[in-house]
Amino acid sequence: MTAPPAAIAAPAIDATAAQSPIIVFDEVSICFDWKPVLDRVSFHLKRGESKAIFGTAGSGKSTILKLALGLIKPDRGRIYVMGEEVTRMSEDELFHLRSKIGMVFQESALFDSLSVRENVAYRLDQEGKLSEERIDRKVREALSFVELEHAIDLFPSELSGGMKRRVAIARAIITEPEVILYDSPTGGLDPVTSTTIVELIIKQRDVYKTSSLLVTHRLQDAFVMASHYFDKTTNHMRALPPGMRCEVPMNFLILRDGIAIFDGDVHELSATTDLYIRKYIS
Amino acid sequence: MELTLPSDFAKSKLIALQDYSVLAGRAVRGLFEKPLYFGDMVQQADLIGFGSLPIVVLTGFFTGAVLTLNSANSLERFGSLSLLGQLVAVGMVRELGPVLTGLMVAGRNASGMASELGSMVVTEQIDAMRALGTDPMKKLITPRVAATVFMLFFLSIISDLLGLVGGSAVASLLLGLDYHQYWASAYQILKFQDVFMGLLKPVIFGFIIATIGCYYGISARGGTQGVGRATTQAVVAASVIILLVDFFVTKLLMAMFGYS
Repeated sequence: MTAPPAAIAAPAIDATAAQSPIIVFDEVSICFDWKPVLDRVSFHLKRGESKAIFGTAGSGKSTILKLALGLIKPDRGRIYVMGEEVTRMSEDELFHLRSKIGMVFQESALFDSLSVRENVAYRLDQEGKLSEERIDRKVREALSFVELEHAIDLFPSELSGGMKRRVAIARAIITEPEVILYDSPTGGLDPVTSTTIVELIIKQRDVYKTSSLLVTHRLQDAFVMASHYFDKTTNHMRALPPGMRCEVPMNFLILRDGIAIFDGDVHELSATTDLYIRKYIS
Repeated sequence: MELTLPSDFAKSKLIALQDYSVLAGRAVRGLFEKPLYFGDMVQQADLIGFGSLPIVVLTGFFTGAVLTLNSANSLERFGSLSLLGQLVAVGMVRELGPVLTGLMVAGRNASGMASELGSMVVTEQIDAMRALGTDPMKKLITPRVAATVFMLFFLSIISDLLGLVGGSAVASLLLGLDYHQYWASAYQILKFQDVFMGLLKPVIFGFIIATIGCYYGISARGGTQGVGRATTQAVVAASVIILLVDFFVTKLLMAMFGYS
């Protein structure tokens, strides 16, 4: 077996930076139509770390991502992203912060009137800082990362569900964000396509050291992320040797009725005695 | 069907009014802030203006024609058929041109805006736009409002003119009137106040159509069914508000200009 890349054992970012949280939720609560969706949820995501958020439908998983991005405001509590308090920022201030965050939406949310090229280049086009040639090169690089260079001139309606997710990932990574938020990136996809998407997420984590919050209801996806690394020599993910799983910066957050009932790594998850969690992961 | 308390109903309507006011205010503010999406404005002007041209031309022409037919019958009883041009001109320029053009454009474009924006909301494209650093108000709403106001102004002028042409065609071809007399009387009766009234209304109606279409679109909830509901509500609300506002604007302007 090829040894895991040095990048996992020795991250490129320095130890202090790696320890400073990139996202902090502090006692965050929110209600929709008077129904509590999140109730005093607290957690933090360290730099370079990936955190998978689990929970049943309606448990507030996607709401966490929208709150982190400042798309909605909590009723109470504070949210910090890269040291800035999102909950106090105006929409104009948030636009600047969002340029450092990538988001992959549940149903891809590609602009259906724009081609794949225009979708992926959207943020760079709007910023207007780069030349057309430079943007084109970056679009091709991003599409090459998700192995969809051939689809550059297609429209979203001409893509399969898996291809749309890959384009959404390309759109999220083109500005090389410090953190990526994935909202059920494998939801509704067949197992083969799901594995491709998970591989891309692992590739982004291990090659570019990007922090990520991953909302999913597929436990196996998170376990694959916790037990695999990306091998750059073969350009595929590979299983970590036994005993090396703790080397992967992967954590789990489990929600139940809007309350965070577990926040820890794969070993803590395996060792938990909570009956609900045991039932959930079995 | 779930019953709603009157207080809850009133509260929801007040919140909707507040949200609409915020949207309308931000749409106007977007015209004076960077970035200004001029390309999107031109595209919307093409879709709204040139796209609506056929229905506006047909509506204007046949409204003028039928107004002439009906008015001729009444005027003939009093031996005042020579006033036909005046009646059609005042009716078209002051009232029917702007209102019917507004209603036609509302039917075509308020529904289009509500369905387009509603679809973007339910497929999370609006959230994606915000996540990618673009203000949907500036990118989507402001260009639609600016384009609708600008194009409805010119569409109303076209409608007025076609109405007079329709009236002229009926007057000369069916009623055997001299078309020189028709045009001369139509031209002489129109005063600055009439033209001002006829050109102010499309500006107000254009703003109503675009802001209401966008408001219902951006507030759409509940998947494709919600988009369909938003589309219907946008057309109904825009049409009814155009007629209500028309009454009050006409009353106000008549008082201002000293019409009896």
